[in-house]
Amino acid sequence: MAEQTVGLDVAGWVCPVPLRDSPTIVMGHGGGGAMSAELIEHLFLPAFGAAADTALGDSAVVRVGRSRLAFSTDSFVVKPMFFPGGSIGDLAVNGTVNDLAMAGARPLVLSTAFILEEGTALADIGRVAEAMGRAASVAGVRLVTGDTKVVDAGSGDGVFVNTAGIGVVPEGVDIAPGRARPGDVVIVSGDIGVHGVAVMSCREGLEFGTPVRSDSAALNGLVAAMLATGGDVHVLRDPTRGGVAATLNEIATAAGVGIELVERDMPIPQEVRDACGLLGLDPLYVANEGKLVAFVAREDADLVLASMRGHEHGVGAVVIGACVAAHPGMVVTRTGLGGTRVVDLPIGEQLPRIC
Amino acid sequence: MKYLDEFSDPDLAHRLLDQIHAATTGHWAIMEVCGGQTHSIIRHGIDQLLPDGIEMIHGPGCPVCVTPLEVIDKALAIAERPDVIFCSFGDMLRVPGSSQDLFRIKSRGGDVRVVYSTLYALALAREHPDPQEVLFGIGFETTAPANAMTVYQAKRMGVTNFSLLVSHVLVPPAIAAIMESPSCRVQALLAAGHVCSVMGTAGYPELADRYGVPIVVTGFEPLDILEGIRRTVLQLEQGRHEVENAYPRAVPATGNPVARRMLEDVFEVTDRSWRGIGMIPRSGWRLSDAYREWDAEARFDVGGIHTDESAICRSGEVLQGLLKPHECGAFGKECTPRNPLGATMVSSEGACAAYYLYRRLAPPGPAPAETAPAEPVAAVGHG
Amino acid sequence: MCLAVPGRVDTLRERDGTLMAEVDFGGVSKDVCCEYVPDVAPGDYVIVHVGFAIQRLDEASALATLAEFQAMGILEEEFGDQEARAARQADGTAGPHPVRSFDEPGGPR
Repeated sequence: MAEQTVGLDVAGWVCPVPLRDSPTIVMGHGGGGAMSAELIEHLFLPAFGAAADTALGDSAVVRVGRSRLAFSTDSFVVKPMFFPGGSIGDLAVNGTVNDLAMAGARPLVLSTAFILEEGTALADIGRVAEAMGRAASVAGVRLVTGDTKVVDAGSGDGVFVNTAGIGVVPEGVDIAPGRARPGDVVIVSGDIGVHGVAVMSCREGLEFGTPVRSDSAALNGLVAAMLATGGDVHVLRDPTRGGVAATLNEIATAAGVGIELVERDMPIPQEVRDACGLLGLDPLYVANEGKLVAFVAREDADLVLASMRGHEHGVGAVVIGACVAAHPGMVVTRTGLGGTRVVDLPIGEQLPRIC
Repeated sequence: MKYLDEFSDPDLAHRLLDQIHAATTGHWAIMEVCGGQTHSIIRHGIDQLLPDGIEMIHGPGCPVCVTPLEVIDKALAIAERPDVIFCSFGDMLRVPGSSQDLFRIKSRGGDVRVVYSTLYALALAREHPDPQEVLFGIGFETTAPANAMTVYQAKRMGVTNFSLLVSHVLVPPAIAAIMESPSCRVQALLAAGHVCSVMGTAGYPELADRYGVPIVVTGFEPLDILEGIRRTVLQLEQGRHEVENAYPRAVPATGNPVARRMLEDVFEVTDRSWRGIGMIPRSGWRLSDAYREWDAEARFDVGGIHTDESAICRSGEVLQGLLKPHECGAFGKECTPRNPLGATMVSSEGACAAYYLYRRLAPPGPAPAETAPAEPVAAVGHG
Repeated sequence: MCLAVPGRVDTLRERDGTLMAEVDFGGVSKDVCCEYVPDVAPGDYVIVHVGFAIQRLDEASALATLAEFQAMGILEEEFGDQEARAARQADGTAGPHPVRSFDEPGGPR
């Protein structure tokens, strides 16, 4: 709004247009949508200057000697701490493991850092830590370093967890969002929207009963199975915040390709549809914590799909669309009735609507 | 019968489309009044499957879009207070007032909470007797019973730290205002099904007669929308203008008499401003005398806040199908989905926001307003 | 305006002097205020908006509406439209109505 820009030195602001409407951080900046992307592009990257990698993606692949290491970090601030099917502990381990796996890497070691709020029950911290230990064992990674800080009551939300991880990218593997090509087949590894619905079901003010449980899972085993086929996998991403919609938009932008989805083929469980219907949300924008989206060369799609379906975390894998040369940077979907609509990048977080 | 999937069957949808295509010979501009219907039309791509002769004009039935700037500024002034827990439906959080939105208030420490049910706000008030709980009571006739019940319960239970910031608006006066615009192009209306679930259909024959337009009460699933359009087209082609009910499973002619009695008790009719349209006489509700004590506007003394709508926003004309979005001087410049000036840019279903999004499909070029091809706008902005 | 969703009333009870119900939305359940549909019974379907049942759904008229839709287009099918319909079913969705492409006026947004 015009009034808002008055107090800002527009000329001195780094690329003022997208950020000038918010002089302070708002929740949308952490939503994984357009606002998150703009914060990185217009604030972090210019401020970091020459020191920063231009991508600042979920994970980076760096060459060390003769090997390529994948490196990733992620912070977890989920509320509530425990939800149906998981806790902030599982998410913290699986999230970073998955970020590494999405670069095609074999995750090896993780760090764990806690920011604890004064007054939080030790029993809760214990449950979170146990969940982390279990998740790390299942994923086959070791927790090798860590840190603990405590903040004043009211300055945190019980527990914040940060994990960082290192993995090794096998020889010959080259997986990145920019590698999507027209003709690629778009595969999702199973039911979408379940994590977000599970968390929402116990959020204050929205509570509803549902059998849906979080899908939080480590996907490095699934990725290894896919890569073992020798099929040409171009892109892997885990559609967390912002859901499948945000992930596909990022890929479309990074690779300069268009993506066409077929709504009818989307694996959306009825309970997720119902919960989203009730709150006015679109399942495509709801978070997942144990699913991946893969862009695979058309000729290898059947091979890769079969390998996914043979893995416990890919049983429900299906093709949901294809990568096209038309409308670069845009994701569109064919509706059940045969019409089309644009699946836009979410601006901030998705909110329940009444209209 | 689950009342959902049955009404989105693709095969039946195409039977209805066949009928619509077969019946359409003229060019007809049909307004779907309700934002929920607009959402459904875009969500399912229905507009693209209709004959070229049918132009859908998106109506003003989105409570989020039409809540005037002044009311939002009042909400922000209240939400900003340290002694207030401000409860709102999720959709209102991102709608900007003249200088900020509820998100910004929250980011600066304001206690702003998203509620699904209005009763939750009342429960909060009973749970926390110290702060003041304020519920942002927006919406049409469909949402009003929920807000009315919450105030009624507050009075019954003697909850004094709860109040309602009321900005209720009414559909029939808005329809009248649109139809009375001298250059109005709307030839038929799909009336909002859920408004009629509460209010019934008695108010519509007079409108159909006065303005000579078919009015079909329409639901929200794809088959409901198509049936609404089909019946409207048949009337238009046959030169009839009657009120029909294409959503009888949820709309008895009398609506919901229990809810209507509550509404009559808790609210009274008042003039209301509509964002992008302006003042419409007797087009809203405010709390009646018996419930005035629970009026947040009085309790927090924000009655003195007066904000004018943007002088450069022409969304009222866009809403009526008189102006194509890119013909507005502010389009894509002062006014974008992130920084909307008017109703049609606020909601993702609004004509301006829809056109702004579509524009990105056009080949890259200089400034959007200049490069926008003239033709697509008609179909995209209103279709 | 008005996202309202059909659900089935499972159990009814009084809470703070208010008629409330556990309503099932196909596997998702939610507490809903039923003061506006006082004669509702378990098993009935209601239409729910922001936590309030605003109307009961009438099964007979729902079935009648669907039957009307089913009857439509039967004539065309008898006149040999089966092929087109079969093709439409085979490719999933698109009917004989041309879908505007992305490059055309009126394309999707």
